[in-house]
Amino acid sequence: MVLLSRKATCNSHGQDSSYFLGWEEYEKNPYDVIKNPQGIIQMGLAENQLCFDLLESWLEQNTDVACFKRAGQSIFRELALFQDYHGLSSFKNALADFMSENRGNRVSFDSNNLVLTAGATSANETLMFCLADPGDAFLLPTPYYPGFDRDLKWRTGVEIVPIQCSSTNGFCITKLALEEAYEQAKKLNLNVKGILITNPSNPLGTTTTQTELNILFDFITKNKNIHLVSDEIYSGTIFNSSEFVSVMEILKNNQLENTDVLNRVHIVYSLSKDLGLPGFRVGAIYSNDKDVISAATKMSSFGLVSSQTQHLLSSLLSDKKFTENYLRENQKRLKNRQRKLVLGLEAIGIKCLKSNAGLFCWVDMRPLLSSKTFEAEKDLWKKIVYEVKLNISPGSSCHCEEPGWFRVCFANMSEETLKLALKRLKKFVDDGNSKRSCQKSESQKLKGSRKKTMSNVSNWVFRLSFHDREAEER
Amino acid sequence: MGFPTKNKGAILSRIATNDQHGENSEYFDGWKAYDKDPFHLSRNPHGIIQMGLAENQLCLDLIKDWVKENPKASICTLEGVHQFSDIANFQDYHGLKKFRQAIANFMGKARGGRVTFDPERVVMSGGATGANETIMFCLADPGDVFLIPSPYYAAFDRDLRWRTGVEIIPVPCSSSNNFKLTVEAVDWAYKKAQESNKKVKGLILTNPSNPLGTMLDKDTLTNLVRFVTRKNIHLVVDEIYAATVFAGGDFVSVAEVVNDVDISEVNVDLIHIVYSLSKDMGLPGFRVGIVYSYNDSVVSCARKMSSFGLVSSQTQLMLASMLSDDRFVDNFLMESSRRLGIRHKVFTTGLEKADISCLTSNAGLFAWMDLRHLLRDRNSFESEIELWHIIIDKVKLNVSPGSSFRCTEPGWFRVCFANMDDDTLHVALGRIQDFVSKNNNKIVEQISENDQVIQNNNAKKQNWRQSNLRLSFRRLYEDGLSSPGIMSPHSPLLRA
Repeated sequence: MVLLSRKATCNSHGQDSSYFLGWEEYEKNPYDVIKNPQGIIQMGLAENQLCFDLLESWLEQNTDVACFKRAGQSIFRELALFQDYHGLSSFKNALADFMSENRGNRVSFDSNNLVLTAGATSANETLMFCLADPGDAFLLPTPYYPGFDRDLKWRTGVEIVPIQCSSTNGFCITKLALEEAYEQAKKLNLNVKGILITNPSNPLGTTTTQTELNILFDFITKNKNIHLVSDEIYSGTIFNSSEFVSVMEILKNNQLENTDVLNRVHIVYSLSKDLGLPGFRVGAIYSNDKDVISAATKMSSFGLVSSQTQHLLSSLLSDKKFTENYLRENQKRLKNRQRKLVLGLEAIGIKCLKSNAGLFCWVDMRPLLSSKTFEAEKDLWKKIVYEVKLNISPGSSCHCEEPGWFRVCFANMSEETLKLALKRLKKFVDDGNSKRSCQKSESQKLKGSRKKTMSNVSNWVFRLSFHDREAEER
Repeated sequence: MGFPTKNKGAILSRIATNDQHGENSEYFDGWKAYDKDPFHLSRNPHGIIQMGLAENQLCLDLIKDWVKENPKASICTLEGVHQFSDIANFQDYHGLKKFRQAIANFMGKARGGRVTFDPERVVMSGGATGANETIMFCLADPGDVFLIPSPYYAAFDRDLRWRTGVEIIPVPCSSSNNFKLTVEAVDWAYKKAQESNKKVKGLILTNPSNPLGTMLDKDTLTNLVRFVTRKNIHLVVDEIYAATVFAGGDFVSVAEVVNDVDISEVNVDLIHIVYSLSKDMGLPGFRVGIVYSYNDSVVSCARKMSSFGLVSSQTQLMLASMLSDDRFVDNFLMESSRRLGIRHKVFTTGLEKADISCLTSNAGLFAWMDLRHLLRDRNSFESEIELWHIIIDKVKLNVSPGSSFRCTEPGWFRVCFANMDDDTLHVALGRIQDFVSKNNNKIVEQISENDQVIQNNNAKKQNWRQSNLRLSFRRLYEDGLSSPGIMSPHSPLLRA
């Protein structure tokens, strides 16, 4: 066997081998309303498929500007040749404006402080390369997006130290938890370079509260070497704009714009969730630190946004009538869809964390656990995949400290499919009592079939990783 | 762009604050000059002509016509918009199957159909820039070494080393044998590296070569494959210029060697190809880079890493359709080769009229021009830089000095000829011929006269560094080639 790099042979791209089961099962047996109505419904995919019609109708009405044309003139040649890592200025301007709109125009963004990257995946990695050295650490509140293990750590050599959040206070960040994480890092001899939050949160679906933001800002004001990165990829999925407070607003409202704190707060953004365009690979870093912008811009060479896509989106996002209507309609549809899931689960006796954003709910299935252990969570998860035929994400894959929580996505399917999913879940829960009595023999059966499937895992483990479906965990 | 304060270094990473991205080189002078005074046939006929840009602008009309005739390949047309939601949603890092098949098809055709490529081994990346960095991350740890024949594409210093921590050691090639790479030279460099206790992980080369425009012959390539197999080190061949061959026989891809050589002499797990559509098709804006490896683990690892630089699904869709169109591809490759050949001939013939010779080449978008006879001191790189300043200031051409490609001999310059129209090329040749005929034997005097100019330039350079001029590592086209606008300086380190 030829010697490859450590990065190629280690496992820190974050693949959780047991997690493959859900994906494998879904791949083998994907639900289709006509062709495979008994198949597994995919609820582990944080995609926004609710507003494609709006985008398609815009395209139909704007074929002139969308494709290689400006003011009726062909610009094919220019776009084909355009690879300036500063990005198409018309696109960056439109993107900066869109980001402001997302925040109710309470703050404005300067396109000169924006760096385009190949998706938020690349933005997050690039920021780590810019802010931290191998062996440094970033503090992240748990639960967090599983992809961060790859994006933040894999090739950068940066470590993640968790800020433990618990259900006792709705998984909010506390001052104590933050300090404990910091101390823990010190014990591990790790130099803490920053804190990274996702706001609104994945997988919680909640916006970071003013209290939490105050705690974070107090901390970085006191600790002058520490950065705050806010991944605001879900900023457009908030059901009510006024409930979202971006870190940029804190800088403004707390008059931190003339302090050194300004340079240590950075935002990551993407169009993958708000606009439902993960295929286009559009991410961005926003920073007020000129040196970060300079370094990140150079690094963006490793993953620029296709000029063709920049042009299309520049036209789309410059259409203010469209963006205004889109943001409003998107919020409305997401809110309605979330309500359907929440009420549907309530009717089954299952609670969710109260959420006000995102493409998923953080569902409390602790009452369904046979014991308060992660083993029991895994067992429950496998039952839900194999028997209920729903692929949902177990909290342990998001580094949740408490077993029994699951992330369930609702925006990547039709309403009918969601209804069917709820129906299946209801049946499962209603049958719960009789199932629990046979649980012992059931789990033995499952172990048998699990063994068989596990041997198949190694065959396709490289073909189908949990990153196969890129959006999967976001 | 220095970061002088220690404090700053502690707040940002070492990578963010070192100079390993390579953009602080003095070669920005040429770009700055071009930026201030860009040539335009009618609007600025005395401006500086950009000849430092290895772009292929000769066949964009063919592609543009195809796009126009194939509206279904686009999601932005009425004929294609029905595909929008599936495409917009598609982010599987395997890429669209049809895209991978089309790329494999195109790669095969670009090599005259002498080899076929397996779509399952086609892995996307953010341009060849992303591909080269990715392959380093897969094959080497920080501190490991890759050997690289020089002169080489200057941005390799960034792409291969900056964030990976890999070290590159040149295998110098010289004019004494027309800059040919030999196995002996590689072996010598390998031994030397080992003596210094360095861990050599592989050899990386660009074939056809940038900046030389030459191709490796089959024997040498075969012997290199045997060499790396014996030493158990990797061979990465960047074949980004594969379809820019315009004369002198067929391009021999390492894929062909892998097919033809005896199985006992090659360990295919060591062989990797980097590819891109930026040069062969002239589409650098679309960011299509490919890692193609015969090593399954590398394919798997590179694919996971491709998450950091996937090709836009919109672009995948369009190219999947375009590159599956055999009639288009066959015609494109033939026509591109023909036009490049003509352009090359016109350029080198024009240079000959000025008694300037170039390294004999049959590929690439540039010529490797021999100006040693014009140097004040043939052994001095300072002379080379002086001559370069003259070329920029007096002849008003931006060309790339050999030292920016780590050439070990002063006096060689890379001059690009495929990034302009015929008229502009004609003007450029005219300027060269005029300058040489007026200044024969006077170059030495010219240089001393220009000492003052150079001193002034140095002072300007200082000011410029402190100013807020935006530097573009890539060419900046502000909303339209037609409007000169503000064009930022363009690094000679840039590939495209």
